[in-house]
Amino acid sequence: MIELGLELSERDGWAVLAVSGEVDVATAPRLRERLVGLVGEGRTRIVVDLEKVDFIDSTGLGVLVGALKRVRTNEGDLALVCTGPRILKVFEITGLTKVFAIHRTVDEATLAG
Amino acid sequence: MKHHRISLRVPAQPEYLALVRMVIAGTARIEPILDDERVDDLRVIVSEACTNAIEALRERGSDPSTAAITIECHLTDDAVELVVADEGGGFDPGGLDVLPEVTDPSRLRIERGLGIPLIRALSDESEITSGPEGTQVRVVLQATEPPAV
Repeated sequence: MIELGLELSERDGWAVLAVSGEVDVATAPRLRERLVGLVGEGRTRIVVDLEKVDFIDSTGLGVLVGALKRVRTNEGDLALVCTGPRILKVFEITGLTKVFAIHRTVDEATLAG
Repeated sequence: MKHHRISLRVPAQPEYLALVRMVIAGTARIEPILDDERVDDLRVIVSEACTNAIEALRERGSDPSTAAITIECHLTDDAVELVVADEGGGFDPGGLDVLPEVTDPSRLRIERGLGIPLIRALSDESEITSGPEGTQVRVVLQATEPPAV
């Protein structure tokens, strides 16, 4: 089983979910479950920190798109933290850099919100 | 001309995807004709193609304990060719839904459908053939030009 790290913390009213490892069809359901759970608990201002993600494919992107839709439906917001070129590249190719607010640090993400 | 060929046949289960990516990336590094960025592209491509295969076999109702995906990787002096094949129900590659523009709010309703565009964008050549017997995804990545000195 591939390890997917999911570590939750709090920053200025935002739920910060730090993800580590590889996000693919094997691990994405755990990420989806966690994000759906947060929204279910009323946490609709979420930062997903992808700095320690080694790999993400379209299944992982789909989970993030789904989470963005859920928080916006609940008048919340979801921001990403990502500086790794290999991860940013898949967001750029799919045009999702225009959909997500992508920041360099968690501080930048929470301040921007 | 040197020529390496490896062939994998793995169960069509998500848990094997990380292993497949590792083997394919390792194979591509046997002869360093792709730089690290292009090897990363190859990892995404093989992951997308195998994910589609797993879903096709699942939709066909194939027995997950026996359904398999075949992955072949050919290395020559000037290119890496990857072929991923399944025995799922196939689909019409020309009939894929056109995704709304990313700035269109309805785009957020679409959580799938990004895999094949990624395969096409990250490869130098791509060919998807599909029929009732299954689907074959073939991509080619040309050797990376050595950096100018």
